[in-house]
Parts: sequence; C-alpha cells; structure tokens
Amino acid sequence: MADIRYSAPSTIDEAVRLFAASGGAKILAGGTDLLVQMRSGAVSPGHIIDVKRIAEMTSIAEQNGSFRIGAAASAAVIGEHAALRKVWPGVVEAINLIGSKQVQGRASAGGNLCNASPAADSVPAMVAAGATVTLQGPGGRRELPVEQLASGPGRTTLAPGEIAVAITLPARPKGSGDAYLRLIPRTEMDIAVVGCGVSLTIANGACTTARVSLGAVAPTVLLVDGAAKALIGSKLDEAALEAAAAACRAVCKPIDDKRGTIAYRTKIAGVLLKRATAIAAERARSH
Amino acid sequence: MSKLHVTTTINGEPTEFLCDARETMLDVLRDRLGLTGTKEGCGSGDCGACSITVDGRLVCACLMFGAEAEGSQIGTIEGLAEGEKLHPLQKRFIELAALQCGICTPGFLVAAKALLDRNKNPTETEVRYWLAGNLCRCTGYDKIIRAVMDVAAELRGATR
Repeated sequence: MADIRYSAPSTIDEAVRLFAASGGAKILAGGTDLLVQMRSGAVSPGHIIDVKRIAEMTSIAEQNGSFRIGAAASAAVIGEHAALRKVWPGVVEAINLIGSKQVQGRASAGGNLCNASPAADSVPAMVAAGATVTLQGPGGRRELPVEQLASGPGRTTLAPGEIAVAITLPARPKGSGDAYLRLIPRTEMDIAVVGCGVSLTIANGACTTARVSLGAVAPTVLLVDGAAKALIGSKLDEAALEAAAAACRAVCKPIDDKRGTIAYRTKIAGVLLKRATAIAAERARSH
Repeated sequence: MSKLHVTTTINGEPTEFLCDARETMLDVLRDRLGLTGTKEGCGSGDCGACSITVDGRLVCACLMFGAEAEGSQIGTIEGLAEGEKLHPLQKRFIELAALQCGICTPGFLVAAKALLDRNKNPTETEVRYWLAGNLCRCTGYDKIIRAVMDVAAELRGATR
C-alpha cells in the first residue's frame, strides 16, 4: 500500500502551498465524499490536506448584510446560524438536506460544490441565491459564480492547486425570500431526482428580481434565466408560473434511470419550480 | 512509514495513539484502542452503526480519519454507562426490547443521547428524523423510537 501523508495546516496560504507542491493531493473538508471514494478505490491520494484547522474556512461571517461561509464549515454549524437562517432559509434548508445528522456534523457546502454532483442539494439553492465562491491557488485569489464551478459530473473548473475557500451570499433588499425543494422517493436520506432553487424579491406586489436553478436534470446544476425572466415583472400569477415552469422543462437534459425517467424528471422540474416559488414568495412577503 | 502521533480525549480520558494517515477513526477505536463497542456497518456513512461524538457533534467514525482526532473530545458508546450503572437510554432499550441482534444499538444510543443532550423535549417526528441516519434491520424502529421518547420524558421528570 502506498504511503499517504496527512497535513492539517492552520492557514490558507500554507494549505495552497502544500496542495500545489504535491501531485495527487486531496483537500479534506468534511470527508463525507473523500473517505467513501478512497474506500471504494475511486481515488487514492498521496497527501490528504485537512483544511478544518483553518479558522477562515470553518467560520461564518456577516458583513454589511452579506454572509461569508467558510468552504469547510459543517452543515450543522450552518444550520445553527440564526442570522443566516433568517436571511437565506432556502440555502440553509438545502444544505441541511444533505445526508443524516451524522453526515451533517461533517459535510460542508464547499465540499458539496467541489464534489460536482449534478444532484448536489446545496448547489441549486446557492446558484439561485447568486452566491460566489472564493478560490485561492498558487496564482492568487479569484471569485467565481457558483454555477461556473462544475463542468460535468465530478468535474470542476478549478485550476491545478486551487482550493475553494469560502462561499459568499450577497446582501439582499427587503422583501426577498428563497426556497429549495427536491423530489426524493422517500422522506429523508436520499439523492435528489430533481432539485429546484428559487430566490426572488417582491416590491408592491410584483416580482422585481428572480433567480431560478435546477439540479439533477443535466450534467451540471443549471441557472435557468428563462424561468427568472418569466417571473420578473409579474405578480407571480398562474400564467407567469406556468411560463416559468415551461422554461424549466425546456432546459432539462436529464438522464433516464431507475430513480426517474427523462419524462418524469422534466415534468417534476416544472412542478417544483411552482412550489418553490410559492414558498420563496411567502417568505419575501413576510420579510 | 512513520506513524502519526495523535493526542486526544476519549470519554473524558486523555488518550494517545499512533495511526496511519489512511486509518479511519473507526479503525483506530476498534483495532488500536480496543474500543469495539463502536460497530462497523456499511463503512460509507449510510448506516450510523459507528456513530460517535466529536466535540459534542454527532458523526460517523467511518467518515473521519483518526488523525483528525488531534485535540478533540471524542465520545463513544463506552462512555454512556457510569461503571456498572447503565445510562437511562441503555436501560430502557433493554426494557422495551428496542434491540435484537444489537449491531446497530451502540450507534442508536450514541445518536439518541446526542439528541437528548440538545433537545430535552423532542417530538416523535424530531426523533424519527434525528435517527434517520441509523439503520436497524431487526426491530422496525418503533420500539427504538418509543424507548427514546420514554427516556426523554423520564429525564424531564427527573429535572423538574
């Protein structure tokens, strides 16, 4: 068995240096994907770099209404953050849908994003929220809209040596709300057959901004501009919702498998859009 | 290769161990420290048989490297009873026959205790969702849920 090194640096600069210096290294955040992949033999890193000793990567900070979530902050920590839950209930609910309580104690939003599963629960909610991810590599730092991080199932646009450091949720105007819904065949502990995130703002009864995202219906999580356009300017009446649902169905390119056929996933995308929009709108009106 | 030296606290006892980087906390507990109360079910975080607490947080020991325990407070099933005196959850699980083969039981007990440490008055729905990450193939769950609800009521009564 090949030797594996384990490092737990206390700064991002050190983590980036270690990561860039060793080919075949893997970043360890919650480890809920990495350990399973190592056990199955899918990956065999030569160096494991644990980033959970880095305060900036495990904490949540609020600044002028925006939230910066350390990429390795656990779902449990995120779920317990009252201010974050109040402003971004959909994002927090989505992150808290990942796995069991045991998994919640470890799994992170950054890990969910970088694992690049098309069915990742937190990602459509973060895409709808207009979240950005801060990346740091040997070449410095850059910001990327979260929807640009995955390039296919299990594949990312991360440059060699780059680490996801934090996810930033923007400040939002009064009258805003978000929601994430997924369809699973059971009530808990399952992988989304379809996931839908909606974030919107309502002023004087009309929808002024909206972002819609779908998961598990294409090789990557989708930002559905057509659905947002159908909602913006409307009073979220049935005609606008049906137009947005049609836009959702139109962008679906799902796989056909035992968990859901193409026709089923496509239909459900429209259904979840309507339901998630209703929840987001209700939250927007009460904020 | 040289082993990693880890200093941690397990069930309140300062503990040191040596392990390889690839070893999980579950491997360390069972194979290096002889704490075999924590069971291995699936090894992939799906069944909860290896539930432990790390700094008060419920996790699967199979999804954590032993090296990550450095400086942490680890809680395992061996820490539930006080000597010969069983924890109320252990007692009630026996009384209500909330176990059969017993493989999942340590995980259920550790998870249920983590819930009751946070929430003294959980609803049945909350108990069922909290324990959704613990699989049992024998009892059908009802006896387990009843035992946990009973103990919650008992503990509330005791502190009244």
